[in-house]
Amino acid sequence: MSIVTTLELLPLLGAVLLAVIPKSNAELAKRVALATSLVTLAVAGVMAYKFQIHDSAMQFVQSNKWIASFGINYAVGIDGIALVLILMAVVLVPVVILAGWHESENGKWSAKVFYILILVLETMMVGVFAATDVFLFYVIFEAMLIPVYFLIGGYGRGERAAAAMKFLLYSLFGGLLMLAAIIGIYVIAGNQIGHTFDLAQLSTLTIDSSTQNFLFLGFFIAFAIKAPLWPLHTWLPTAAKSATPGTSILLLGVLDKVGTYGMIRFCIALFPEAAKTFTPLIIVLALISILYGAFLAIGQKEINGLIAFTSISHFGFITLGIFAMTSQGLSGATLYMVNHGFSTGALFLAAGWMVSRRKSSNIEDFGGLQRVTPVLAWTFFLAGMSALALPGLSSFVSEFLVLVGTFTRYPIAAIFGTTGIVLAALYVLIVIQKSLHGPTTPGNEDLKDLNLREKISVAPVIALLVIFGFFPKPLLDAINPASQTVMTHAGVTDPAPKAGK
Amino acid sequence: MFSAPVLNYSLLAPILIVLGGALLGVLVEAFLGKAIRATAQLAISLGSLVLAFAQIIRIHSERSLTAAVNSVAIDGASIFFQGTVLVLAFIGILFIADQDNFAAQASAIPGSEEERSAIETGKQQTEIFPLTLFAVSGMMLFPMATDLITLFVALEVLSLPLYLMAGLSRRRRLLSQEAALKYFLLGAFSSAFFLFGSAFLYGYSGSLSLSGIANAITAGNGNDIFLLIGIAFLSVGLLFKVGAVPFHSWTPDVYQGAPTPITGFMAACTKVAAFGATLRIFYVGLSAAQWEWKPIITTISILTMAVGAIAAIAQRDVKRALAFSSIAHAGFLLTGVIALNKAGLQASLFYVVAYGFTTLGAFGIVTLVRDSAGEVTDLNRWVGLGKKSPLIAGTFVLFLISFAGIPLTSGFIGKFSLFNAAYESGNILVVVVGVLSSAVAAFFYLRIVVMLFFTEPANDSVTVVIPSVMTRIAITVCALATIILGVYPSLLLNTAQTFANFLA
Repeated sequence: MSIVTTLELLPLLGAVLLAVIPKSNAELAKRVALATSLVTLAVAGVMAYKFQIHDSAMQFVQSNKWIASFGINYAVGIDGIALVLILMAVVLVPVVILAGWHESENGKWSAKVFYILILVLETMMVGVFAATDVFLFYVIFEAMLIPVYFLIGGYGRGERAAAAMKFLLYSLFGGLLMLAAIIGIYVIAGNQIGHTFDLAQLSTLTIDSSTQNFLFLGFFIAFAIKAPLWPLHTWLPTAAKSATPGTSILLLGVLDKVGTYGMIRFCIALFPEAAKTFTPLIIVLALISILYGAFLAIGQKEINGLIAFTSISHFGFITLGIFAMTSQGLSGATLYMVNHGFSTGALFLAAGWMVSRRKSSNIEDFGGLQRVTPVLAWTFFLAGMSALALPGLSSFVSEFLVLVGTFTRYPIAAIFGTTGIVLAALYVLIVIQKSLHGPTTPGNEDLKDLNLREKISVAPVIALLVIFGFFPKPLLDAINPASQTVMTHAGVTDPAPKAGK
Repeated sequence: MFSAPVLNYSLLAPILIVLGGALLGVLVEAFLGKAIRATAQLAISLGSLVLAFAQIIRIHSERSLTAAVNSVAIDGASIFFQGTVLVLAFIGILFIADQDNFAAQASAIPGSEEERSAIETGKQQTEIFPLTLFAVSGMMLFPMATDLITLFVALEVLSLPLYLMAGLSRRRRLLSQEAALKYFLLGAFSSAFFLFGSAFLYGYSGSLSLSGIANAITAGNGNDIFLLIGIAFLSVGLLFKVGAVPFHSWTPDVYQGAPTPITGFMAACTKVAAFGATLRIFYVGLSAAQWEWKPIITTISILTMAVGAIAAIAQRDVKRALAFSSIAHAGFLLTGVIALNKAGLQASLFYVVAYGFTTLGAFGIVTLVRDSAGEVTDLNRWVGLGKKSPLIAGTFVLFLISFAGIPLTSGFIGKFSLFNAAYESGNILVVVVGVLSSAVAAFFYLRIVVMLFFTEPANDSVTVVIPSVMTRIAITVCALATIILGVYPSLLLNTAQTFANFLA
C-alpha cells in the first residue's frame, strides 16, 4: 500500500471514529478531529521526506483494479505539483480545526457531524490531487461537493442554504460537462489503445483537432468554474460570505485549487494542441479576472466578499501563469496555488475572528483595531501584505515568477497583469486603513485580542508565509521537475531570451 | 396431422412457478378465513418468487429458442431481466405487505356504509397479492417473448392486473380510481397501437417472429411503407409503457393516484419488463432498419430526458415529482436502445437494476411520511423532515443523490455506462443532452434536499411512522444496493456483461 493511500485513509479512519462518539461530547469530537489531522500531517511530512526531489516521474504509485469491465483502477501517485498541494491541504486542515474551535456551534447539526465532514473532505482533498486515473479523479471531484455543500448549508451564516445550492449547481454543471468529455476520451482510447482511464496512457492518444477542442472545453469549463475564472465566478462570493471561516479556507484555499491543478494535469497534459488553440482566449479571461476581481474587491463593503474577490483576481494570475506555457510561468502558478492557500487562509482566519468578535462583517464597523487588538490586527496586516505580494512574503515570489514567465511569451498580457498588482495594493491597503487604523469605531473598545489557541493556530501559517517568502527553494525544487515534464509533454519550449543586444 | 406443441417445462419453470403461486393465491383468497389469509398470501407470494429465482439460477447458463415452440427465448438478457423482475418484485411485495395502504374492500363504493364496515370489521381483502404475481408473470414473459403475439399477450398479462392495482388505494379512493381508469383507457389505447403495428409488421414480413422480421428487412423485398407504419405503431405502444415523451402524460396522474407501494412496484418492475422487451425488439427484430427508427427514437430520448427533468422542477407533490424523474430516467434508458451495441445492452441491464432498487426505496420512504389522514405527498409539508427523523430523510436524500447521478451511488455508474455506450455508437448529441438534463434534474433533487434539511419546519402534524419490519428490511436493502452498486459496481457489471446477449 502506497503512503498516499495511507494518507487518504487516516482522516477517513478518524471520521469513522468520530461517528461512534456520542453526540453530546463535542469537546471530545474536536480533540479526535484535531489529533487525526495532526497524525495525517505527520504522515504527510514523512511522505515529503521520502519524496525523490529530482525524479520527475510519478512517485508512491499504487494501482488496484476497481471496475474491471471499464478498465477503471484505483490508481494514485504524486509528482512535485501534487506533493506541494497535498502538503498545503494537510497543513490547512489542523489549522482550520484549531482556529475554528467554536465554529461548529451555530450549525444545524452537532459538532461531531461538522468534523466528520471536514475529515471526509480531507480524505478527498488528498485523493483528488493524487489520482492518476481520470475516472477516480472525476469521482472524487464530484463527491467532494457533498461535504462542502453540507458544511456551507448546515454551518454557515445568512443565506446559507441558497449559497450552498448555488455552489453545488455551478460545480455539478461543470462536472457533468467534464463527464461527457471523459466519456469521449475513454471511447477514443478504446478505439486506439484499449479501454483505459490511466492518465499517462491517455496522454499518448492522437486526437483530431476538432474533437480535441470539444473535449478540452468540457474539462476546461469544469475547472474554470471551480477555479473560478470570470465569467463563471459568481458562486464564489456568495459561498464565501455564507460559509464559516474554516469552510472558506478549505473551499478557496484547497478545493478551488483543484480547478487550476486540473488545468495543468488534464487540460494541458491530455489536449496539448487544443490548449495552445485556446490559450489567447484563456489569457484574456485570466486578465479580465485579475482586473475585475481587483476592482470589485476595492468596492466591497463586506470583508468576506472582499477576500473572495481578491481570490478571483489571484486565480486570474494562476491561470495566466499556467497558460503562458512556459516552465517559469507554470512553476510560478503552482507556487502561487500554495501561497494563495496560506495567505487566503490567514486572511479568512483573521477576518473570521474579527467578524465573530464584532458580530458584523461590514468593513466600516471596524476601525482602530490596531490599538484594541494588536495581535489580531498584525495578523490581518501580514496576511493582507501577503495578498498584495509584498516582497519578503511568499506570494511575491510566485507572482513575480508568473509575470516573468508570461512576459517571455506574452509581454502585453504581462503588462496588463502587472496593473493587477497595483490594484491589489489598493484593495488591501484600503481595508487595512479602514479597519485597523484611525480612531476606534464606537463599539469596538472592548474587543478581545487573540487567545492562546488562536495564536497557536495562526502562527504556523504566518511563519510559512515569511519562510517561503525568503526561501522558496524547497517548494520550487519539488515543483520545477514536474512542470518541466508537463511542458515537455505539451511540446513547448521556453522562448529564448531576446534581450542583451 | 396435428402434433401437440412441445414445451420445455424445465426452462419455463420460473414463470410457471409464479403463475402457479398466483392461482394458489386466488384459491386462498376464496377459501381461507380472514385470520390467516394475509399471512398465507404473503408467504405464497414471497415463496413463489424465491422458488422462481432459484429456478433462474438453475437455468442461468441454458440457452434455447425452442422452449415454447419458438415463441420465447432463453438467453442471457431474458434470464437477467426475469431475475431482476423477481428480485425487485420481492422487495415490492415487502412494501405491499403493509396492508394499511389498500382498500379493505375494493368493490365498495367510496364513502359508503359498506366501505366503513369493511374497515371496522377488519375484513381486509388481500387480492393484491395474486394480482401482483400475475403482473410479475407478465413482466417475466415480456422480455423473453420473441414473437409479436406472445409479446402482446405478455403486455396484457402484465398490464391488466396493474390497472386494477392502481385503483386499490385505501385513502383518496376517488383519485386512485380515476388514476386506474385513466391508466386503463390509455393503456388499452396503446395496446391497440401495439397490435396495429404488429399487424403491419406481419403484413410486411409475412412473419410474426422477431427474427423473421429481421430477415425480411435484410432481404428488403417487402413494402417499406408497411415496415415504417409497423415500426411507428409498435414503438408507440412500447414508448407508452416506458413512459417516454410524448406518451408520458399518464405517468404523473397514475403514479400519484395509485397506492404508493404499487407505484413503486410499477415504476421499478414495469420499467424493467418494458425495456427488456423494447431492447429485444429493437436489437433483434429491427436493428437492420436502424436508419428508419434511430432518428425518431433519438429525438424521443432527448425530449424525454429534457421534459422529465424540467417538468419535475415545477412539481409540488412528491409522487408526481418522482413520476417525472422516472420519465427522465426512461429517456436515459432509451439511449441504451439507440446505442444498439453490446455496451448499450450491458449498460441497460445494469441501469434497470440500479434504478429499480433506488425507485423502490424512494417510494418506500414516501409510504412512511404521514399525518392522521394518511400519506402526505405535498412537498411543502415535507419541509424540515430532516430534523424530525434524520435517518429517514437522510436515506431519502441518498436515493435522490443516486437519481441525480452523483458519484459513489449506483445511479452514477448506470448513467456513466449508458452514456459511454451511446458515445461509443456515435450518438454524441444524446450524451450532451443527457448530461445537461442531469444538471437540470440535479437542481430539482437538491431543492428537495434543501426542503428536508435546510428549511425550518413549519408547525405541522406530519410525522414519520415507525416502519414495519418488512418495510424496514426493504428500505435497507434498497439503500445498501444503491451504495454498494455505486462503490463496487463490478459485482453487477460483470454479471451484466456475461448476460448481455440476445439469441436471435
